[in-house]
Amino acid sequence: MSQTSTIGKAINLGLRRALEDDPKVVLMGEDIGRLGGVFRVTDALQKDFGEDRVIDTPLAESGIVGTAVGLAMRGYRPVCEIQFDGFVYPAFDQIVCQVAKMHNRSLGTIPMPIVIRIPWGGGIGAVEHHSESPEAYFCHTAGLKVLAPSNPNDAYWMIQQAIASDDPIIFFEPKRRYHEKGEIDTDLGLAGAYPLHASRVARPGSDVTVVAYGPMVRTCLDAAVAAEADGRSLEVIDMRTLSPLDMGPVYESVRRTGRLVIAHEAPGNVGLGAEIATRVMQECFYSLEAPVLRVTGYDTPYPQSRLEEEFLPDLDRVLDAVDRTFAY
Amino acid sequence: MVNGERGPRATKSGGTTRTAAKKPAAPRKKATTDRSVANGTDPAFVQLLTPEGDRVEHPDYSVDFTDQEYRDLYRDLVIVRRLDTEGTTLQRQGQLGIWASLNGQEAAQIGSGRALAQQDMVFPTYREHGVLWCRDIDPIMPFGLFRGVDLGGWDSRKYKFNMYTIVIGAQTLHATGYAMGVKLDGKMGTDDGEAVIAYFGDGAISQGDVNEAFVYAAAYDAPVVFFCQNNQYAISVPVHKQAKAPLFERASGFGFPGVRVDGNDVLATYAVTKDALDRARHGEGPGLIEAYTYRMAAHTTTDDPTRYRDRSEEDAWRLKDPLSRMKAFLEKQGLADEDYFAELTAEADRYALDLRERVLSMPEPDPSSIFDHVYPNGSPLIDEQRAEFLAYHASFEGSGH
Repeated sequence: MSQTSTIGKAINLGLRRALEDDPKVVLMGEDIGRLGGVFRVTDALQKDFGEDRVIDTPLAESGIVGTAVGLAMRGYRPVCEIQFDGFVYPAFDQIVCQVAKMHNRSLGTIPMPIVIRIPWGGGIGAVEHHSESPEAYFCHTAGLKVLAPSNPNDAYWMIQQAIASDDPIIFFEPKRRYHEKGEIDTDLGLAGAYPLHASRVARPGSDVTVVAYGPMVRTCLDAAVAAEADGRSLEVIDMRTLSPLDMGPVYESVRRTGRLVIAHEAPGNVGLGAEIATRVMQECFYSLEAPVLRVTGYDTPYPQSRLEEEFLPDLDRVLDAVDRTFAY
Repeated sequence: MVNGERGPRATKSGGTTRTAAKKPAAPRKKATTDRSVANGTDPAFVQLLTPEGDRVEHPDYSVDFTDQEYRDLYRDLVIVRRLDTEGTTLQRQGQLGIWASLNGQEAAQIGSGRALAQQDMVFPTYREHGVLWCRDIDPIMPFGLFRGVDLGGWDSRKYKFNMYTIVIGAQTLHATGYAMGVKLDGKMGTDDGEAVIAYFGDGAISQGDVNEAFVYAAAYDAPVVFFCQNNQYAISVPVHKQAKAPLFERASGFGFPGVRVDGNDVLATYAVTKDALDRARHGEGPGLIEAYTYRMAAHTTTDDPTRYRDRSEEDAWRLKDPLSRMKAFLEKQGLADEDYFAELTAEADRYALDLRERVLSMPEPDPSSIFDHVYPNGSPLIDEQRAEFLAYHASFEGSGH
């Protein structure tokens, strides 16, 4: 069955289905119960599944993740919500030192089937600590997997696939796109849906490859439409999975186009773009017609909201980078 | 001073007060958890002014204000509420991105703020507009943060008032470290000694940082007062869901005294805060104050409290309003008349209008200021990006873009 949904509602529906399918799934986080979360992503779930399965936690992020570790040991599948990206850091120690390493330290005997959902990125006019893009920290940590859906159908299925996975997963939700609508196909099933740790061509093209993930996929798709009017064909690849990276579609694309632009909101320095560019250089060196270019946030603190449009990569900056790849 | 009627709750001790560190509170029955918010009764706390505006005595705490000082306290309450209302209005009109209202918590903030000595240092959350007012800081200062034209930065040391801290509870450790510095500098032990106050809420007290701050403050006898405004909600989650015993009682476990005060009573809040600050400045170590109050407004303007609490609960708390009880007191004592109140209302309106006009004319930030102040010693990476940024934007000049 197909239905129209926003990204936020798609995650809500996915969480609902996971709660229905597996009695060991529990949600935990600040204000996720009666309030339904500050973005309403868990709306009505506590009402329908009870306070024991949709848990309003104390205001303590290390506590959320640390107790999720214990619940996971006990056989539960905790889905933690961190209220905003900038509030994950009190839990960073638990995530990096415990969640990521438990399976390895226990000689493979104790999995950590924990999903940590993080409304993520900028563009909502918020005050500081509410607009950050910390994905590189987590991608750098062995033992974690990191996902970033960009559209409602992926959001609906990826959250369910993540919960079903025994790997600990950081699940970044593109908060400024929560209200964007699209079709979701609820009949695909976990196995029938697009594979979890796989990237995908979001829009085919022939002149230049543009790689993005999360909220930047929409920006790059818009850029592709604008470029088409100028007679230039952009192939947009939605990475979907940030760790591990699925580079196959990127290599295949770059071998055809010879040009690559990578876009992300996070600062460029030691970001995902650097990793992707290096791998492309190694695998596609003789196909490249131009240096790989990045369009990213700046290496500054995330600015006040009146300047965030200057900070965030937009359609113009993507097209500017595309132009520059043709200057070689 | 009139002999006020002593409310039934006011006859009880306000808590462990000064002897808590030596003599921990007796074990308590679970039923005494702070559910009073739900059933409409008050817990035991220090109170000097009843909701009806009657003065009551307390064995450990008292105030001795002149008539003018009483009026000044009321003036503070009225003006900070009016300015706060203007903040909410500006947000509703699209002039602020968000506003965190202090409505209902004016007495907790004015009482504690006016108890500060000139040399004391304040570490606020993002809601302490009333304390800021007491420091004689221009009330427009935090509006840059909420309007989004800046990141809410100022020289904390100049104002003896730290920047607002949004990450919940983080500032309690900063306050403790600052207080450790006061001690290292030998700036305590006399009437001129420095004390530090850290504001936080009932939600924050669950954070690891706050508990670590308690540990450090106790371990180093730091001259810091932990001022917890228990406004009953951490956004949507009521305090009794997070805490199974009164918050002030935690202090005794860490080894310093805790006290609960009627946070809607500006006189009692002043008295307990002054006492705790003076003990800290004289080298007697940290203290915890739980100001029992209620957030009448939403958590912030993005919040919708109708989803998690009943109007009847808000109505019950409205009867304990910090302003109306002080007004009733002034009236009963004959300290102010209708002309005074009318002029005060007009004065508060003038402040609000002036604030509004200045907020609306706050300059837009220069885009390239994104690259300012990232490092004290600069960075070639930042310099390079600033140059690229300027060149990119210059490329649009005159293109009609």
